[in-house]
Amino acid sequence: MRLKITGLLVLCWAAALAASPTSPPASQVPLTAAAIAPPSDIKAADTPNDAGHAITVSWQASPDEVSKMVEGYEVLRSETPEGGFIKVGYVPYGFTSYDDQDVPDNGKDYFYQIKAVGRESQALSLVSASARSAEQWFNTMRINALVSCILFTIIVIIFISRAKSGQSLFIRRIAGLAAVEEAVGRATEMGRPILYVPGLSSISDVATIAALNILGQVAKKTAEYDTPLLVPNRDPVVFTVAQEIVKEAYNEIGRPDAYNHDSVFYLTDSQMGFASGVDGIMAREKPATNFFLGMFWAESLILAETGAETGAIQIAGTDAVHQLPFFITACDYTLIGEELYAASAYLSREPMLLGTLKGQDWSKAVIVMLLIVGLAVSLINPGIRNIILQMLRVG
Amino acid sequence: MKRQIPLIIVLTLGIFFFIQFFVPSQVSTNIYQITLQWTIVISAFAIVLAVGSLFNHHMLKIKRRKPHWWNSIVTLAALVVMALLGILGRWRGLEKLGDLYHTLFLYVQAPMDSAMFAILAFYMASAAYRAFRARSQEAALLLISGFIVMLGVIPFGSMIWSRIPDIAEWILMVPNMAAKRGILFGVGLGMTATSLKIILGIERSWLGGGGK
Repeated sequence: MRLKITGLLVLCWAAALAASPTSPPASQVPLTAAAIAPPSDIKAADTPNDAGHAITVSWQASPDEVSKMVEGYEVLRSETPEGGFIKVGYVPYGFTSYDDQDVPDNGKDYFYQIKAVGRESQALSLVSASARSAEQWFNTMRINALVSCILFTIIVIIFISRAKSGQSLFIRRIAGLAAVEEAVGRATEMGRPILYVPGLSSISDVATIAALNILGQVAKKTAEYDTPLLVPNRDPVVFTVAQEIVKEAYNEIGRPDAYNHDSVFYLTDSQMGFASGVDGIMAREKPATNFFLGMFWAESLILAETGAETGAIQIAGTDAVHQLPFFITACDYTLIGEELYAASAYLSREPMLLGTLKGQDWSKAVIVMLLIVGLAVSLINPGIRNIILQMLRVG
Repeated sequence: MKRQIPLIIVLTLGIFFFIQFFVPSQVSTNIYQITLQWTIVISAFAIVLAVGSLFNHHMLKIKRRKPHWWNSIVTLAALVVMALLGILGRWRGLEKLGDLYHTLFLYVQAPMDSAMFAILAFYMASAAYRAFRARSQEAALLLISGFIVMLGVIPFGSMIWSRIPDIAEWILMVPNMAAKRGILFGVGLGMTATSLKIILGIERSWLGGGGK
């Protein structure tokens, strides 16, 4: 009997406790009552070197991050420190900074709070000091790039003036470029055309511009020897520029009559469609020489292997590091990286262009020297390594 | 004057965009974005010229009955049909044509693209055979290192010897990476030098006429 009364009392007490107005619903549990500690030391400041409308917020991680109780941090922004905070971002645990890229107004004060979010609880930090976003007129992270560009320009100008004064400049033999004359001659003897593919990229790619520069030199030779030239194109703008270059090369040699307007043509914008089209040209027309110069992607091997099967002499050149092995394997000559950019100077032998090439070589020597010095200094004092790396980083 | 004006434009814009690279302000960013839009507009005009070239090229082949001229008929028919379906299919009441355009794209062009890409696997095999003939010291070195790397990335490699994946990783990350970075240094300088040559008007081949 006593047990029954005790049981009833316990039940009544439990029911009364559940119905009690002092017990708030789960959604109203105050954040401060959470088991996790809030992040601290909230700092907000204008994001440097940008066009404004961005503030970088950083904080000290919640001490409970170590025990994996924190899943991430919500970043809250307000125009007043008292309230009105809205969520502007979220970062997972392990990160202690956030770039708020959507700040509405430059020059206006904003306040930030960071909410640590755990599986079962949340914890709000204190409000940061005010911060304003502002636009900058110079990117200080690019000072190193500016200095390098100025130095490079000075070196190039020195060598151009040397070349202009008549000083002879030695340029090492580049087998792929030395073979251009031979390749054009071979096509002439065989009575077959020359195929020139100026890459698949757009005109904004420097490799395409380099390929078009070489096309001018090759077109002059084909005009001289009266060899048919085929220039299929993938990019419409590159096509119009290539057409002008070939036309002018024929004019310059004094053979405008030999220029065939249909020799430079547009194939398709589709990457594999273009590869298929060029393969068809190689199989039908059997060009004696194939030039693949410029930017290439996955189609490089398809083109080069088809060309090798037709028995053509193949000269390829690209700065796409991943396509180089394919060209080296399947082509007779390959211009590796910078050799593509040297081709125009090498073929024309113009002093001004040779001067630039020489300047380029000396700049490379300066970089190699800096690398050696950096390596030596890093070996002596590993702490300096980070300073050197920081100096080389471009933002 | 015909050559002076393009050179002046290139010099002015070249210097402007060089400076723009160092100026992150809103004005500078906006001008850069507008210029990017211009290139799209120019490309649109160039497409008209390009399609004209494609049409002329194949019409000439058909007229002159060049070898395999019937392929040109297929090309021109495909060009006209796809263009018409693409344009007409957007009109109200002609949605069926739009559906046909998508069907042709998904079930004809896309599989042809994929088939061409798949052929690459066979070309790789033939190129690998060509590359892996140890005719010289360098080729032998390539053969050995390539073989180790291939073994290193498959489970069979570690079954032979547990250190093979580490050696493969070393080959990729040390000698291979060093060579790659060497090439990239040259490429970076080459790009800068070419840009400089064009901005300063030293290199004028792109104008046609090789600098005259």
